[in-house]
Amino acid sequence: MADLLFEAGMEEIPARMIAAAEAELTERVVELLRRERLLAEKHEVHSYSTPRRLAVQVNGVLPRQPDAARELTGPAWSVAFKDGQATAAGQAFARKAGVDVAALEKINTPKGEYVAAKALQKGRGASEVLRDLLAAELAALYWPKNMYWRPLKPERFVRPVRWIVALLDHAVVPVEFGGVQSSSQTFGHRILHGNAPLSIDHPEDYLGVLESASVTADVQLRRHRIRKALDLETRSVPGGRWREDAALVETVTHLTEWPSVVLGSFDREYLVLPEEVLVTVMRDHQKYFAVENAQGKLEPYFLAVLNTHPEEKGIDVIRHGNERVLRARFNDARFFWRVDQKTPLEDRVDMLKSVTFHKELGSYWDKTQANLAIAERLADLLGSRGVPVDESALRQAVPLAKTDLTTELVKEFTELQGIVGGLYARAQGLGETVAQAIYWQYSPAAIEDPIPPTVEGQVLGIADRIQTIVAMFGIGLEPTGSKDPFALRRAANAIVKILAETGLPLVRSDLFHAVPAALDDATKEKLVAFFHERLEFWLRELRGFAYDVVNAVLAVRSDNMRDAIARAEALTAVRGSDDLAAIAAAFKRIRNILRQAQEKGLLNPGIDFGFVSQDLLQDPAEQALNTAAAQLAPVVEELQRKQEYREALERIATLRPHVDLFFDKVMVMVDDKSLRDNRLQLIGTVLGAFSKIADFSELVSA
Amino acid sequence: MTAIGSASNVRVATQALTFQELLLRLQNFWAERGCVLAQPYDIEVGAGTMSPDTFLRVLGPDPVAIAYTQPSRRPADGRYGENPNRLYKHTQLQVILKPPPAEIQDIYLDSLEAIGIRLREHDIKFEEDNWEWPVGGAWGVGWQVMLDGLEITQFTYFQQCGGMDLDPISGEITYGLERIAAFLQDVDSIYDIVWARDPKTGRAVTYGDIRLQDELQLSVYNFEAADIGKLWEHLRLYEAECQALLDEFHKTFRTEKAAERHEKIHDRLVHDGASPPPDEDLRVALRRFPVLGAYELCLKCSHLFNLLDARGAISVTERVAVMARIRNMVVGVAKAYAAQKQRAEAA
Repeated sequence: MADLLFEAGMEEIPARMIAAAEAELTERVVELLRRERLLAEKHEVHSYSTPRRLAVQVNGVLPRQPDAARELTGPAWSVAFKDGQATAAGQAFARKAGVDVAALEKINTPKGEYVAAKALQKGRGASEVLRDLLAAELAALYWPKNMYWRPLKPERFVRPVRWIVALLDHAVVPVEFGGVQSSSQTFGHRILHGNAPLSIDHPEDYLGVLESASVTADVQLRRHRIRKALDLETRSVPGGRWREDAALVETVTHLTEWPSVVLGSFDREYLVLPEEVLVTVMRDHQKYFAVENAQGKLEPYFLAVLNTHPEEKGIDVIRHGNERVLRARFNDARFFWRVDQKTPLEDRVDMLKSVTFHKELGSYWDKTQANLAIAERLADLLGSRGVPVDESALRQAVPLAKTDLTTELVKEFTELQGIVGGLYARAQGLGETVAQAIYWQYSPAAIEDPIPPTVEGQVLGIADRIQTIVAMFGIGLEPTGSKDPFALRRAANAIVKILAETGLPLVRSDLFHAVPAALDDATKEKLVAFFHERLEFWLRELRGFAYDVVNAVLAVRSDNMRDAIARAEALTAVRGSDDLAAIAAAFKRIRNILRQAQEKGLLNPGIDFGFVSQDLLQDPAEQALNTAAAQLAPVVEELQRKQEYREALERIATLRPHVDLFFDKVMVMVDDKSLRDNRLQLIGTVLGAFSKIADFSELVSA
Repeated sequence: MTAIGSASNVRVATQALTFQELLLRLQNFWAERGCVLAQPYDIEVGAGTMSPDTFLRVLGPDPVAIAYTQPSRRPADGRYGENPNRLYKHTQLQVILKPPPAEIQDIYLDSLEAIGIRLREHDIKFEEDNWEWPVGGAWGVGWQVMLDGLEITQFTYFQQCGGMDLDPISGEITYGLERIAAFLQDVDSIYDIVWARDPKTGRAVTYGDIRLQDELQLSVYNFEAADIGKLWEHLRLYEAECQALLDEFHKTFRTEKAAERHEKIHDRLVHDGASPPPDEDLRVALRRFPVLGAYELCLKCSHLFNLLDARGAISVTERVAVMARIRNMVVGVAKAYAAQKQRAEAA
């Protein structure tokens, strides 16, 4: 059993791509070994990466592939043997197959009798196999963004490959990629170790050799050391803790080979800047961790993760350098904050005329006007439905909502749009309702983000997004497949989330009607389908409802999102009961009967149900079903009106004995037209009356 | 926290380079590694990349090793000299290596040592940062080089330029000189950078002494005084001239057009017995054609566009349209330049 080490060394890989590439390379190498029958039953796989390398170590590689038996077919028997003696052709085939002439066999094929031999396919040595196949696995790695670097562009890869280690125990497996030949030599930390190559004697030595050259190749270990170092450095801030940020830990883990942490400080006076600005500068621009006190308030410190372990003097230099950069950034932010205050948001509304929203849809000023019209209509609707909205605050907030796009601070920190507007509105004394609405307008950005806490913010968020969606659809820019350049799906998800979580009495058609644009029918249809699909996504992916429940619920209607959720919840709760399953089966049967009757021309497709003639009900079973259904219908109707769907469904399930008996005793498609028509009326009426919560025929029986 | 005090002590030990020493050291460094030192391009550009020494030289197969400093003008970035970190005009040192040597990163790191940065005492990271200039149909992948949290260099492997794939590619190293100088001298304001120090008296001349007035007055000009009507007029004139040159180039040299012309000549030969103009004439005409003149006109247009933008004079619809027109010109020039080189050499 041998150990394999495969390392590809390259210029710094983008941090965001490393984890996926490491996993993929590992999977590819292991799969290659398995496919080539070189993987021992007992084996261990380790994968490593740093910004400059991806590596896989497999302990338990077979020295060679096991031999395999293979049946070879040769020439026709009559050609290979004359008078029981092997001809030249027969002997040649035996030689080729590696067997004695005596071992050749006669087989029958559709074409006649042929010579065959059970040849032993000799397994190839692991090194030989890997020599031929390993480089292709490296070349096949997926990268989000590739480059060429060699003349004539022989290969594309994330960055130029600079060395390759391919070792099977002590022996180098000759591999070539990107003009680089494999060897047993790797490289250590760029600065701390320099350019001297490091020899690896055996795969087992890999981590140790790198560690001695200031490289920790094990990602988990590096992450652990960073977390420990963050803890340790923060201890010198009394009562302080570093603000947990898993994504940032990942980033700095993939930016370093030999990490350490330095604690820096900044002047307390910068704490007057909003925390959002300070944290964005530290986290997004400088990749620093913020330090907070027990109450979660920022302390004037930061933690920088370094790719070195500097000596004492170096630490001071590096700390000082980082503090300098942060000070300059904070100064900028403070400068922008002050400059921006000179022009209040109200004076910026006209400036939006020169900020493009979309080249065909005009400026943000145009968009703001449209947003305002929508927001006003939605507020009116809400008011008339008993939800109090501070309309004057809303009317103030909507026109100002996009004005922060003209501020220096947002030009510098685009990720703070909306938030900056809200902070400025507060600072300019526009009132908390206005400030909150502006502040929260882009939330939820990701589906897990919170929704705006105030109704005015919710209305602004909905109006802004529905305007964008409808306008984009209007000029044919709806998302297709994986392409959604204007993030319209995300916008619609946010609307669904706001409506679902707030219970605002607004339905989809309210939103469409609130948009002033005149829409043609095709676009309207696309929009309905788009929102239907978003609601489906929400119910399935975020609320975890079974797909058939979602189909059953949305088949009835999808206009009202809260209602759809309530129905999905109720259906999920009762679908397990035998009675409801029986009802579902019976309803499926009713649909089939009605469809077949239509296909045979025995039922008018446009027929209205609800007109059962008592006189024509002959069988006690159909009389009983009619009576029970007629009694139950208003009860269910009332429960549905009150959205007591679970109770309603349980009541519907009580119909089961009548339905079962009906199908047991009564034949619907009888020859007598009046009887048949009446029975079709009866089942159509039952189906119609009790399918308003869900289309049970969509349910898949367990 | 005693960081500031202790670090300052560290700094005093070695005399940091002045701004001009920094320029000289870096230029020397690259000259010693085989680079031709070019002078800054004498037409306004927004970045060193726009100089023809980069934008056009990266096209085609000829090897290039060139370095030059380039004052880069970005009218909208002006701050009247009031912001300690922002300039209307900053200085880049641009290095172009085609093809990039395998050890280009190591050479770059050596250049930092050459300007007095002892790498073992600092934190250096190469962080992903891809570069794109849509107007030039140009992009590349690379890094921003971070030194103790400060972005000091943009490092790019050019992949496309003028909408054309590059083969071989070029490596581009762009040093931000003011930032590096402020870092070396440990000053918080660009204007406090020591530009030069009198060897006899030790008297320092600062960046502010040399450039503050420039920043103030040009900010006033860019934001307040520039005559919008005149700017538009300049833009139209430059654009028309550039477009006329490009049209002329295409009319005379486009491959399909040339083929048509050959056919006509052939017809004439057969029917009239007239003698064709020798190919030599066409070659000379091609070599003489002022594609570089057209490029300078593009640069003028680009700068005027930036000025109009800083003046807030470009409306939404105009903006998209004007940018598209400038892009067409810039990409058109790049294609013409590549075609001119290729066919002149093939001939």
